Amino acid sequence: MASSSLDCRGMMCPVPIVRISRAMKELSQGDVLTVQASDPSFGPDIEAWVRKMGHSLESFADANGEQTAVIRHAAPA
Amino acid sequence: MLPRHEVRTVASLPASAEELDALINAAVERRVGAALGDLERAVADLRSAMTTTTANTPDDRATIVAFSGDMDRLFATFAIASGAAAMGMEVSIYFTFWGLTALRVKTTFAGKSISQKMAAMVLPSGPASLPTSRMNMAGMGPAFFKMLMKQRRVQSVPEMLAMCRDLGIKIIACEMSMGVMGITREELIPDIDYGGVATYLGDASRSKITLFI
Repeated sequence: MASSSLDCRGMMCPVPIVRISRAMKELSQGDVLTVQASDPSFGPDIEAWVRKMGHSLESFADANGEQTAVIRHAAPA
Repeated sequence: MLPRHEVRTVASLPASAEELDALINAAVERRVGAALGDLERAVADLRSAMTTTTANTPDDRATIVAFSGDMDRLFATFAIASGAAAMGMEVSIYFTFWGLTALRVKTTFAGKSISQKMAAMVLPSGPASLPTSRMNMAGMGPAFFKMLMKQRRVQSVPEMLAMCRDLGIKIIACEMSMGVMGITREELIPDIDYGGVATYLGDASRSKITLFI
């Protein structure tokens, strides 16, 4: 159960999603990835991405546009 | 629940246990056999229906036709394509007509007819020099857009294309429109595929998403 983080602040759609998908490929089931982002569409995008990929969104926080998402790798590696 | 006549058959006292056994077997065979035949036919029907359904179910795939050579439209093409790839989909982009200019790396004139040479001159020389679909204003629009995109830290079209390639998105150039526009293979980026409308339709018919941009 490793945990890692990814800084996507300043990156605009679709780059954060592309970076996250790459980062998640390196992880295995149960691992957690914490992502920071400032792209205004990050909230709905990460929700849709997680649903499509079968992972789970443990938490999502938005502090004046500074967003933090915690994603758990749920799909079998 | 056995019907009456069978109960009576059994009641007519068979001579031996073997005879009783055979009698029961025959009765069971008669009744179950007919029902089993129907069931077997139903299963066979279901199995063939399932094979057809599986063959017709779209794959997790997206297919995009990049027809436009406008910077803004190509930006949308590459954004959707890279997003789809990031969502685990298999993506192919078919470049046709003006869209082909996004794949151009150089311009050649040798061996081309006069009209093809003219087309080669008039067409944008590559993804870094594309016009915009609106407010092009003789090239001022794209310069302005590029500045805005940089300010907003949005990737440029050449960067988006590079990202798409990096994600393993299949790039297919339409041979027919290359012929019409006088674009040769050596003018386009290396390591791409070439195909026609059937290649596109083959992929598109198995795609959940298909777009014409």
